[in-house]
Amino acid sequence: MSTHHTKDFLFTYIFSTDHKMISKQFLITGFLMGFVGLIMSTLFRLQLGWPGESFEVVELLMGSWQEDGVMAPDKYLSLVTMHGTIMVFFLLTAGLSGTFSNLLIPLQIGARDMASGFMNMLSYWFFFISSVIMLCSLFVEGGAASAGWTIYPPLSALPQAIPGSGAGMTLWLIAMSIFIVSSLIGSLNYIVTVLNMRTKGMSMTRLPLTIWAFFLTAILGVLSFPVLLSAALLLTFDRSFGTSFFLSDIYIGGQVLDHTGGSPILFEHLFWFLGHPEVYIVLLPALGITSEVISTMTRKPIFGYRAMIGSMMAISFLSFIVWGHHMFLTGMNPFLGSVFTFTTLLIAIPSAVKVFNYLTTLWKGNIKFTPATLFSIGLVSTFITGGVTGLVLGNSALDINVHDTYFVIGHFHIVMGLSAIFGMFAGVYHWFPKLFGRMINNKLGSLHFWITIVSSYGVFFPMHFLGLAGVPRRYYTFSEFPMFENMVDINELISVFAIAAMIGQLVFFFNFVYSAFRGPKAPMNPWKSNTLEWTTPVEHFHGNWYGDIPTVHRWPYDYSKVDANGEFVYGEDFIPQTTPLGDNEKDGGEH
Amino acid sequence: MMTIIVVIAAILVVITASQLLKLAELRAKSKGELIYELTQEENKAQGAMLLLFFFVFMGFFAWQIFAWGDRLLPVSASEHGVATDFLMALTFWVITPVFILTNGLLFFFSYKYSYDPKRKALFFSHSNKLEMIWTIAPSLVLTVLILMGLSSWNQITTPIAEEAEHVLIELTGQQFNWTARYAGADKKLGRSHVTLIGGVNGTGVDTNDVNSKDDKLAKGEFHLPVGVPVQFVFRSLDVIHSAYFPHFRSQMNCVPGVVTQFNFVPTKTTKEMKALTNNEDFNYILLCNKICGAAHYNMQMDIIVESQQDYDNWLAEQKGI
Repeated sequence: MSTHHTKDFLFTYIFSTDHKMISKQFLITGFLMGFVGLIMSTLFRLQLGWPGESFEVVELLMGSWQEDGVMAPDKYLSLVTMHGTIMVFFLLTAGLSGTFSNLLIPLQIGARDMASGFMNMLSYWFFFISSVIMLCSLFVEGGAASAGWTIYPPLSALPQAIPGSGAGMTLWLIAMSIFIVSSLIGSLNYIVTVLNMRTKGMSMTRLPLTIWAFFLTAILGVLSFPVLLSAALLLTFDRSFGTSFFLSDIYIGGQVLDHTGGSPILFEHLFWFLGHPEVYIVLLPALGITSEVISTMTRKPIFGYRAMIGSMMAISFLSFIVWGHHMFLTGMNPFLGSVFTFTTLLIAIPSAVKVFNYLTTLWKGNIKFTPATLFSIGLVSTFITGGVTGLVLGNSALDINVHDTYFVIGHFHIVMGLSAIFGMFAGVYHWFPKLFGRMINNKLGSLHFWITIVSSYGVFFPMHFLGLAGVPRRYYTFSEFPMFENMVDINELISVFAIAAMIGQLVFFFNFVYSAFRGPKAPMNPWKSNTLEWTTPVEHFHGNWYGDIPTVHRWPYDYSKVDANGEFVYGEDFIPQTTPLGDNEKDGGEH
Repeated sequence: MMTIIVVIAAILVVITASQLLKLAELRAKSKGELIYELTQEENKAQGAMLLLFFFVFMGFFAWQIFAWGDRLLPVSASEHGVATDFLMALTFWVITPVFILTNGLLFFFSYKYSYDPKRKALFFSHSNKLEMIWTIAPSLVLTVLILMGLSSWNQITTPIAEEAEHVLIELTGQQFNWTARYAGADKKLGRSHVTLIGGVNGTGVDTNDVNSKDDKLAKGEFHLPVGVPVQFVFRSLDVIHSAYFPHFRSQMNCVPGVVTQFNFVPTKTTKEMKALTNNEDFNYILLCNKICGAAHYNMQMDIIVESQQDYDNWLAEQKGI
């Protein structure tokens, strides 16, 4: 039966150990951070679109960070750095995984809560503290960290090199270390819960693909985040205690530093050993959510369930042996470059399998276009569009000329950024009734989708052209180069789309807040879905099910299953996982 | 004042929108419709819009190629660049059809199979044959791309043998400028270290080393002879920089404490390139492509490619250590 009930406000809403409340906490904190990241990107797009012009809004939001509404070059770099950090870690790692792993793992596997509710709460509060510290770093002397979100030393190690590498960088490292602790606690909890707490009948091959995705994501996080933690600690030593792990032979500000023997390349290896799996930590949950939404909304079983699991496993494994493709041009041994080219391009195979499986799922389906469906289709599109350019960047010989150009920015924003955020939006729209017990308005949801997909392709697609013209990333302005003069109007166009994208998100925020409080009450199973979360009551209470936890009898994708006469088995186009198998019925998609 | 007006306007918009939403919901309720269920027409309309979006998207793509195609980098000015440009073009010929076809199928299926209560979705859960096809087909294509890429990569990254004819140049990056050092007649660069920096010796060349006696320095711009292999070695004095030569399809990071190398053969003089691009102001440039500090956006150096004779004359005028 359900565990303790408490009506105490403090323990219901703040220090809750209920996975559903923690999920909402992650979601709201993640979105608030994401909003900050979004505003930052709009600010630096103003500078890139109309370099050197004065904007009242810049003056208003950036205060003493600018002169007369014109952004200073090092503050531009701060914005870029913080935008990247916040979006990748705070929105798309904690916000995405934290929300949906917490909400769906217990509900979909049939558990009353996570293995450890207390650790779960701890995970959120570490994340919260980390977010607060990261935001505080915007206000310290010298400004926030500005060495790029990859914080390569020596730039990030030496305050002489850039003002943001002073107190701002210190707070960045502290915030990230706490963030990693949060992520590790959360991930361990997810893994243990999935392995040990599945209800009767819920074998691993009956798990919804969402759970497989969250499970593999958690494993990636546990294996790779500690490596970034060690890099952050060693960098802290170099910065504060005079060690030389990453520093050697440096002459700066008219002085020779006494660091000797270290190598910044070592840092790059440590960083990207997390950095590349991180891409899939962000992406896999989004793909899992999409699999579930597409199957439910096309009223069809997901095509190739086992191939989907296999390809996610292959992607997870390969993601650990490709990090060197971020470092083709660091002067590392060319043979190593060859190996990384090979492993990198291999990832295209499981990715292609996933895309074709999504397409086949849509084929001859019966598609209902809720906002969640629209965003899932958007995800498949961005996954394709961003994915194909990976064949250019992953090939070391071709990477030479597009490395660190806007081609890369276009590629990873589409394949990782857009795909992940589309997956997250799909999840929020799809499970909104489960999160808040109310329905979210789907007309505003569609409007949000259309503004978002048009404007985000408008922002990132032209960047490929900039990259092929040799335009480097992280440049405050291009006015110093005659060869980039004819790029001004492209940058202006991109900035216009970026502003439109930001306004589109306001539609979402309004819809989200309004519907959470005022939306129409949700029925128990609004999407006629098979999975277990829709067998729980609409109102939340700690323990999820009154009475016994239901037993599972079949895989989660029995949609539109027909008998020999072509009629729906059981008369409906869906068969919940709790329905026992009929006499002649086979499980797992067999007829 | 402006801020106050904007805030008030925003509040009004939110209130109006909330009321409108409420109204819409009440209307749906009175008609007995479920607000979260799209009517069949609305559902069809979404499907049609997805297909329309595909055509708009492809139109946007085509428009960009048409409008911006001539703004891409001109033909490669280095020998290996011709090979990598070919591989780049080949890759684009592979990925563009895939991009168009798969996106097309995605949006077409969305349109074609939008919900119809009279139809049943097909219960189709797997097919080994299909899955085999789309595992093997990409593998074959990838094998070709990988093999071609690796053979190019190996050629590009092999250093020039010491006895072969070449020019040896050291490029040193520091916040926020470049220094070029030519090895001179002995084809050997003198030793250097940051601890030796002082006065006019900005990059720390060891003046006691015999090899440095005939080394030459250049700042602001540097020259290359056409058709002769150039072996670069790279150093950085402070943070990581990256020496990016977009016109020569070359790039290499400059890492403090480490010496990196790269080589290429320039094949077109600056003058030829001016004629080829129809642009009197054309200039080859070297730019920094790794975030290195506040003025990262302006760390550049001009490159002049010219005949061997002009190059020799220019080099003779440069000052030594």
